[in-house]
Amino acid sequence: MLRNTKVMNRFDLTQLLVAKLKDEAVVGGIGYSNFDLWASSAGRPQNFYMLGSMGLAVPIALGVAIAQPRRKVFALEGDGSLLMQLGCLATVAARAPRNLAIVVWDNGAYAITGGQATPAAQAGTDIVAIARGAGIARSNWASDEAEFEALVEQALAGDGPWLIAARIDGQPAARQTPRDPVLHRQRFMQGMGVREG
Amino acid sequence: MADATTRTWHGIVLDVLKRNEVRLVTYVPDNVLRPVIEGAHADPFFTTFPTAREEEAVGIVCGAWMAGMRGIVLMQTSGFATLPNVLASLACACQIPLLMMVSERGTLGEFNLGQALVCRTMRPVLDALAIEHHTITRLDETEFIVDRTIRQAVGTQAPACLILSPLLTGGKVLA
Repeated sequence: MLRNTKVMNRFDLTQLLVAKLKDEAVVGGIGYSNFDLWASSAGRPQNFYMLGSMGLAVPIALGVAIAQPRRKVFALEGDGSLLMQLGCLATVAARAPRNLAIVVWDNGAYAITGGQATPAAQAGTDIVAIARGAGIARSNWASDEAEFEALVEQALAGDGPWLIAARIDGQPAARQTPRDPVLHRQRFMQGMGVREG
Repeated sequence: MADATTRTWHGIVLDVLKRNEVRLVTYVPDNVLRPVIEGAHADPFFTTFPTAREEEAVGIVCGAWMAGMRGIVLMQTSGFATLPNVLASLACACQIPLLMMVSERGTLGEFNLGQALVCRTMRPVLDALAIEHHTITRLDETEFIVDRTIRQAVGTQAPACLILSPLLTGGKVLA
């Protein structure tokens, strides 16, 4: 499956994702994952940008999903970050939040630190197989942009948890997120309807 | 409500969490914390579940708070030692009132050298990050310390850590 997937671009796919969103929450993982989220939709108050805490996009999104079970929540995470916190896939499977979708950008590299290969790249590790093995049955590779969009639409319409993995190139993000953690937290809370803005 | 002299520390903790609307209880298991974990699981007021690692629990509780739900992370001393990066870059940097409760190993009768050593890193890390922390040693002070710590964390949007001393819990001794 992995070998037959097209190598796509994270910014292109992020744009395709946010174009389909209304009030869904999106947690952008550390590095280029949140940079491209910012580049594609800086004005969305429902976006949270992680400027640290590598590996926690999925746990943060799970917390949002538990607190607001009627809102769909997307976690955008890089393969290197997910590798750092693989246990969270078992936690997600155990909680089985219907409103959570995990998107994994897999370029087999730590792009922001200079493109060094992850151990998984060397081993040919299959993130989707790991997720299924962890108990997230609705885990799929997006073989091209059209399938990515179709999987996002399924996640928006149906019960999860979902995991969508996409092979991506080594391009840096289109823009950088401003380094203001409190601002991002405050705007996100406004976007979640728990703070007046 | 039972008189303070007949109440247990864990009963007080669960009551105070409830009173302060702390509904989400995430944990990496620990023997000393067992009565809190079991009490939370038994009470439908709480959403209670284990995580594979303490960092994960921090992410979940921070995410839940940003979406309007208060939570706490339960762990033991060695688990706390895995947390400095996420405390600094998520809870502290974003000003999130992450609540933590640590059952203290490594002191007052510790039998495991590793626990005794890692215990010495806990308060220096909390102090370095300027995270408010209190060590609870007495049953009659438990309610006050837990309640006021939660209120201050929420009121000032700052993480806080409650350390349960073996003086309160009895700790863990070699069987």
